[in-house]
Amino acid sequence: MKLLVCISNVPDTTTKIKLSPDNKSVDLSGIQWVINPWDELALTRALELKETAGSSIEKISVASVGTAELEPTLRKALAIGADDAFRIDLNPQDAYQVAEELAALVKAQSFDIILCGIESSDYNGAMVGGMLAEQLGYTSVSSVSSLNLDGSNVKLTREIDGGKQNLTVSLPFLAIVQKGIAIEPRIPSMRGIMTARTKPLTVVAASGSSALTAVVGNALPTAKSACHMVDAENVSELVRLLHEEAKVI
Amino acid sequence: MSVLVYIENREGKLNKGAFELVSYASRIAKDLNTGVTALSIGNVSESELSRAGQYGASKVISINDGRLETLDNKAYTIAIEQVATAESATVLVMGSGFTGKAIAPRLSVRLKAGLVPFAIAAPSSYQPFVVRKKTFSGKSFSDVEVKSAVKIITLSPNSFGLHESPVSTAVTTFSPNLLDSDFSTRVDSSEKFSGKVLLTEADIVVSAGRGMKGPENWGPVEELAELLGAATACSRPVADEGWRPHAEHVGQTGKVIAPNLYFAFGISGAIQHVAGISSSKVIVAVNKDPEAPIFATADYGIVGDVQKILPELIQSIKASRSH
Ligand SMILES: Cc1cc2nc3c(=O)[nH]c(=O)nc-3n(C[C@H](O)[C@H](O)[C@H](O)COP(=O)(O)OP(=O)(O)OC[C@H]3O[C@@H](n4cnc5c(N)ncnc54)[C@H](O)[C@@H]3O)c2cc1C
Ligand SMILES: Nc1ncnc2c1ncn2[C@@H]1O[C@H](COP(=O)(O)O)[C@@H](O)[C@H]1O
Repeated sequence: MKLLVCISNVPDTTTKIKLSPDNKSVDLSGIQWVINPWDELALTRALELKETAGSSIEKISVASVGTAELEPTLRKALAIGADDAFRIDLNPQDAYQVAEELAALVKAQSFDIILCGIESSDYNGAMVGGMLAEQLGYTSVSSVSSLNLDGSNVKLTREIDGGKQNLTVSLPFLAIVQKGIAIEPRIPSMRGIMTARTKPLTVVAASGSSALTAVVGNALPTAKSACHMVDAENVSELVRLLHEEAKVI
Repeated sequence: MSVLVYIENREGKLNKGAFELVSYASRIAKDLNTGVTALSIGNVSESELSRAGQYGASKVISINDGRLETLDNKAYTIAIEQVATAESATVLVMGSGFTGKAIAPRLSVRLKAGLVPFAIAAPSSYQPFVVRKKTFSGKSFSDVEVKSAVKIITLSPNSFGLHESPVSTAVTTFSPNLLDSDFSTRVDSSEKFSGKVLLTEADIVVSAGRGMKGPENWGPVEELAELLGAATACSRPVADEGWRPHAEHVGQTGKVIAPNLYFAFGISGAIQHVAGISSSKVIVAVNKDPEAPIFATADYGIVGDVQKILPELIQSIKASRSH
């Protein structure tokens, strides 16, 4: 059984966002790039499943659509434990295009289980996983917070409004994972970093996909006015302000 | 041409979130000089569905097919696609909650429709079709142009508000053409979270962090929430350490919420936490450290010990209500 984790390369979550002078793009200079937090947890879970005694998973691949600058992020995924990596060589304009490219890769390589994160922390879409599943005709389940293999089936838990559901699905299958899928992301070991250098990272040519949307401008939130501080000895003043000024209680 | 809005019900009732979506769809329809059709899946009475007319939906289509009782991504996608096609919808509006996240991307592929997720406002122009959305976890916004003939938008909750524009409404039923093979997920069991108010729907949220010191100190947090009809929430380490359920975790890797009022007790205000709450209308922070970053995001703040301030706040609210 072959498993694919789709990796989005994103700015570190503490990055302060600056825009280019014409607001057409985000100023990416000096940014630390990382594996999207959910994808890191998805990879962690994939490795846990592969390491379980008697696991039917033979190989874990990672794939990312993007330019050569993201290769260190894929190398990190290899250092964490993925067996091989694919980079689809294209600067994607939107999620639709990413999904089309990933679909072409999946068709060529035939993966039985695909894991995507719930959303990228950059352009926050929550789109690629569902789009990819539909392109492939795969069953998809979103907001997955636990995942286990059970023979040729997958047992999983998903969050829904006000609760959780335990589901069974058959393969092939795509899971869109969120919090809970793994708790702490794995970090690369020294040995992992050494072996990552020799693991295959294949660059695949883009398949000629096209985007349906484009970012045409950006803006930053307006600065908040200063916090109104209330004296700790005068809590009732806070209640009065919330009631009379903010009118929220 | 029409604007189609998919509305969810909870136990047969439409809530504020559904009416906000209808208000949003009506605004777009007005701008495009067309009508709004609302689509509901589930067992909802005709009188309840006709309430969508208050917000501008002149037509409500109801699908009541027992097989759609629980969410199946493939089957829901096919059902909604059939309605979108029958209604010649050029714009499809959905929520950005669990169902919207699961279905909108699949519909995007089926309808070859560009998708703008987490929109925060009505389109700023229609030719070209441009919608503003949150990016970088609320640290910036992007204006997204949709180039396809059909467009899909999922709306961030509490970002457009309720706008009444009453019209008379006709409720019709629709039977989607679904094969058994369109259903691919089997539900083995379900579990409900405790707590009466859903975090993602709450107007007021009482949240607390590691400054509470331990799970045994959560009594006043729950009492305040109860008093205000609020939902409870927490920071990530609090959920990770098992002090509170994971479903309460807000922030970049938890839930993103936008209540009218958010209380942060003993929460430092790390950038990843703020990412989940920055769209709240009013933020109140209580922290013993005057330098805590949460005060840069808060509207009202008290520098003090949560163990002392929380009970006083509860007392003070009770007192303000008794006269
Ligand atoms: C990739 C990534 C994603 C993350 N995602 C999230 C996320 O989604 N949500 C999230 O919350 N965090 C997230 N984090 C973690 C985040 O960086 C912070 O570590 C976390 O938010 C801190 O939680 P806290 O404020 O409860 O605890 P602390 O940072 O420990 O802060 C406790 C606060 O309580 C105050 N305090 C202590 N005692 C008292 C007292 N008696 N009275 C009043 N105040 C007191 C202290 O002054 C301090 O400000 C993420 C981190 C990473 C790296
Ligand atoms: N450029 C990309 N290459 C590979 N996978 C991606 C890419 N962008 C997004 N994904 C996957 O899709 C998920 C959701 O991303 P998004 O739809 O961009 O919010 C991510 O967590 C990744 O698993």
